Amino acid sequence: MDLFLYVWRQSGPQDSGRLEQHQARDISPDMSFLEMLDQVNEELTRQGREPIAFDHDCREGICGSCSQVINGIPHGPLEKTTVCQLHMRHFRDGDTIYIEPWRARAFPVIKDLIVDRSSLDRIIQAGGYVSVHTGGVPDANAILIPKADAEKAMDASECIGCGACVAACPNGSAMLFTAAKVTHLAMLPQGRVEAARRVCVMTETMLGEGFGNCSNHYECQSVCPKGITVSFIAKLNREYLKSVVDKA
Amino acid sequence: MSGAYKILDGKCPSGPLSEKWDLRRQELKLVNPANKRKYRVIVVGTGLAGASAAATLGELGYQVHAFCFQDSPRRGHSIAAQGGINAAKNYPNDGDSIYRLFYDTIKGGDFRAREANVYRLAAISSNIIDQCVAQGVPFARDYAGYLENRSFGGAQVSRTFYARGQTGQQLLLGAFAALSRQVKAGSVRLYPRTEMLDLVLVDGEAKGITVRDLVTGEIRSHAADAVCLCTGGYMNIFYLSTNAMGSNVTANFRAYKKGAFFANPCFTQIHPTCIPVTGDHQAKLTLMSESLRNDGRVWVPKKKDDQRKPHEIPEDERDYYLERKYPSFGNLAPRDIASRAAKEVCDDGRGVGPGGRGVYLDFGDAIQRLGREKISERYGNLFEMYEKITAENAYERPMRIYPAPHYAMGGLWVDYNLQSSIPGLFVLGEANFSDHGGNRLGASALMQGLADGYFIISYTIADYLARVRPGTADDQHPDFRRSQEDVAAVTKRLLSIKGRKTANDFHRQLGRIMWEDVGMARSKESLNRALKLIPELRAEFWENLQVPGNGAGLNQELEKAGRVADFLEFGELMALDALHREESCGGHFRVEHQMEDGEAKRDDGNFCYVAAWEFGGPEKNPQLHKEPLIFENVQLATRSYK
Repeated sequence: MDLFLYVWRQSGPQDSGRLEQHQARDISPDMSFLEMLDQVNEELTRQGREPIAFDHDCREGICGSCSQVINGIPHGPLEKTTVCQLHMRHFRDGDTIYIEPWRARAFPVIKDLIVDRSSLDRIIQAGGYVSVHTGGVPDANAILIPKADAEKAMDASECIGCGACVAACPNGSAMLFTAAKVTHLAMLPQGRVEAARRVCVMTETMLGEGFGNCSNHYECQSVCPKGITVSFIAKLNREYLKSVVDKA
Repeated sequence: MSGAYKILDGKCPSGPLSEKWDLRRQELKLVNPANKRKYRVIVVGTGLAGASAAATLGELGYQVHAFCFQDSPRRGHSIAAQGGINAAKNYPNDGDSIYRLFYDTIKGGDFRAREANVYRLAAISSNIIDQCVAQGVPFARDYAGYLENRSFGGAQVSRTFYARGQTGQQLLLGAFAALSRQVKAGSVRLYPRTEMLDLVLVDGEAKGITVRDLVTGEIRSHAADAVCLCTGGYMNIFYLSTNAMGSNVTANFRAYKKGAFFANPCFTQIHPTCIPVTGDHQAKLTLMSESLRNDGRVWVPKKKDDQRKPHEIPEDERDYYLERKYPSFGNLAPRDIASRAAKEVCDDGRGVGPGGRGVYLDFGDAIQRLGREKISERYGNLFEMYEKITAENAYERPMRIYPAPHYAMGGLWVDYNLQSSIPGLFVLGEANFSDHGGNRLGASALMQGLADGYFIISYTIADYLARVRPGTADDQHPDFRRSQEDVAAVTKRLLSIKGRKTANDFHRQLGRIMWEDVGMARSKESLNRALKLIPELRAEFWENLQVPGNGAGLNQELEKAGRVADFLEFGELMALDALHREESCGGHFRVEHQMEDGEAKRDDGNFCYVAAWEFGGPEKNPQLHKEPLIFENVQLATRSYK
């Protein structure tokens, strides 16, 4: 099939950027969206023109590198699917597709569809861990964890850190991302010890990085490729409140 | 090959197998706590090996500089490992022990790994699980709150710990968390979107690296007291593999060109359960976790060119060939064996799906026995992933799978201390060659990466550092300047060719040569053909490559071109190694060397050694060195899974 693309091109952070028209010809429905872009890029490269820059790596939906807004939706039209796992059989011959980068104050554009997401890493650096050194830990079965708690921790820990939640949020909030890590660790006895401090420093860092706050739009949940739910944001709020009350 | 070869010493400790690591730790020098902060260590790569090493060294007080080409250290390709991580905990009480894990790994590797290394790995395996649980890794648990296990190929016990089908992700997020904590503490400095393009030696010792900042294009050097390469494997040499698009051999290959020996490059693992290729457009292949073979049964029709749908083929017309050929291990035969068996039935005209390059992995029986819900709980995300890619529902019809390049057992040569042939250069995880011999067992890669990073390097690097004065290397030293000039010259050359073909075009062509001639079945003829074709392709690359844009900024085509250029040289080394190893063992199958029933025929008399290659200079043959493998505890036997 043949497709018309409008792709965001921006040479660097200083450039104002624009949508550029491209054509994708002879696209197989079995191709992934990124393989379609690969084909467009190879054609551009052969002509000596600069290919479209985009982040990608594992192409299995797990590394979290993909960061494209397709027709206005982060990661595109398919639910619980990263761009790399989106296949062209979900588009029709002759479709027009708009491709843009994540847009958020805390994610400056580096080039074309590539943004700087190091702000998410700094939220983790603030306290998204158990403060344990290597060595000197108890046997793995010494502390039992109820299956339901372990499962819930795992649900939260599935977050791939792609930032789609931020791109979808009208406030550019990283609340879902932060809440997922807060919940993952708060559900486990190993993480419980530092839970109160963790939720405070991570939330503060989130706001300090230029992410907005949550005002319950739930856009984040609907675009999350890993099905992280907003119930974790409720959990974050509960943890936050508890820490404030405990402190007082 | 010319000149005299060296006999390499792996520097394994003497003494009884179970005491070797303790003895070594006794001998190793320590660095005083107050002195640690004076030493700077560079860690390249932030997958499981790199992130765990950087975090652990940071905790100990060293100044660590950690580099990765991804935008965040959390995205190393360990993240994609699905099935699990082995440990000899023997929680299920099913007969496991450190010795059994050691033996299974040695045997699985077809007796081409060092005993002492493998035993240490097995002994450390339990600590890894403890450490990860302490970090908050949400492993699967039973209703009483205890950890659960499952089985993997090449083992008859359940020793694999797992977090749904995302074990690698959860372990990497644990290591990333530990790393992030050290970044906050100021002991680790991160350099994301930065690619290592050269190793810098001062007076013959590794004292730094030269990198390209992938955002600004700036080429600069970083000096340190020691360098750890944790840069993963090279299976993208095949173009299509289960590796991430960015996985490459560049860091390892540039170290090789600076004098680090490359060991057993021909030991490559083709994983039996991947989604088959659909067409030329494909950029990578997707693995379906080996854990699926716990419940899935592998079969093809007995009849050739059987066009019927799978459910129309009655039971007695199906060939469950793994169960038939290997009754005691059945569908859990090791990867190399399962892959070759799949190729064999497809070569025989009994493959299924488009092009006949596929076999069925059927969950029908398991669903009948356990119910759809149980299967979904165990493998739900894998079934979803399969459906996204193929648009087929594996609950209703069997999955189609086919082998694909997956893991490199070969890598830079290291001694027992993980130190390469260059003093001060340490190599960890998949990037080294040390623990898996000719074939890696499932769920052992995560184990090795974390053993190296959390529990080995901290001891062994101290022994090196304690012998050198800290801070002697200076990035203004002429050796650093020369390295920057060399890197800049290559970059300029890549940009100036202005030909007609893309880096991908060359990569695809190279991949085809490697897959056809240096793939699952190799012969003298095919390898000689590859040795003729690769240099021709390489020559064309340097005349007809097109890299648009310039070097002063983000340029993904330039990054790719540099990596393909290295693959184009490395492919020759792989073929050369495969040609010289006149035996079949593990993933290395030479058609000239097989038993009557088609099983691999090892030659312990002549090839029971590690082949370590030394760079001989541009367009010159490398020099082969040998490290004899000495088995003090295990008796060399023909591997049988029957």
